[in-house]
Amino acid sequence: MALFDVFDIAGTGMRAQSLRLNVTSSNLANAENVATRPEDAYRARHPIFASFMTGNDFGAAGTFVTPGATGGAESTGVRVLGIVESSAPPVRRYEPDHPQADEDGYIYATNVNPIEEMVNMLSASRSYQSNVEVLNTTKDLLLGTLRLGQ
Amino acid sequence: MSSLFAGAIDRHFGIHATALEFRSARSQVLASNLTNADTPNFKARDLDFAEVLKAESGSLMPASVRMARTHQRHIAVGGSDPDAGPLLYRNPFQPTLDGNTVESEVEQGKFAENAVQYQTSLMFLTRKIRGLQLAIKGQA
Repeated sequence: MALFDVFDIAGTGMRAQSLRLNVTSSNLANAENVATRPEDAYRARHPIFASFMTGNDFGAAGTFVTPGATGGAESTGVRVLGIVESSAPPVRRYEPDHPQADEDGYIYATNVNPIEEMVNMLSASRSYQSNVEVLNTTKDLLLGTLRLGQ
Repeated sequence: MSSLFAGAIDRHFGIHATALEFRSARSQVLASNLTNADTPNFKARDLDFAEVLKAESGSLMPASVRMARTHQRHIAVGGSDPDAGPLLYRNPFQPTLDGNTVESEVEQGKFAENAVQYQTSLMFLTRKIRGLQLAIKGQA
């Protein structure tokens, strides 16, 4: 039953988007961190998404799609390949009075771009919502199927 | 005797049972598109109803008049690519730099459309079942 696979697919989407939201909030929380050395500065983190087949081939059970004709690629979830740190250089600021300033009077702030992070946050929450919408619709369809003939 | 009845009931349900199966498979494909809306290089896909309908109406014909493919390298009727199947790639309205061809609003529209069509098929089937029950009981 292909409709049950939709729960798995939307589930992977929600998991990936909530991880993205998590990473974004971590970036925003550390946006004001400063460090004495550039290598100690917090760097913005971003998840890498990739699609993957959830391993269900409805062609094998279905009547109208011959197995192998579609390659089973119709059930495609999303997964997080990993989280990478931004390679942008940390922002160097001259603040000789700062307790964390180095001997030349510089501190190193994070390379987090708050605007970029806000956009990421909005995009992640919208995508999460659209997955929830898919889940709810599918649930209604399945409940309707259960009541078939009544 | 029993197979005669089974065939009659199958014919009574007509295309709606297969249509329901098609809608449920399509919702799986469209859900995959929506879930991968942020995945780089993901290509949106969709099932072609016309293609499936053509294959289905072919299978309703008696076997003696149907064009049969007895070898996998035979060219299918109406198309030279036997592996294309009904699962196709969608052409995006606007290209993106990351190679993703999912347009969320398009996919949401198609998903909602498909959900309504699924419920329509369910409704047809429900009415057909009620008709059968009426015929069996002989009273309203």
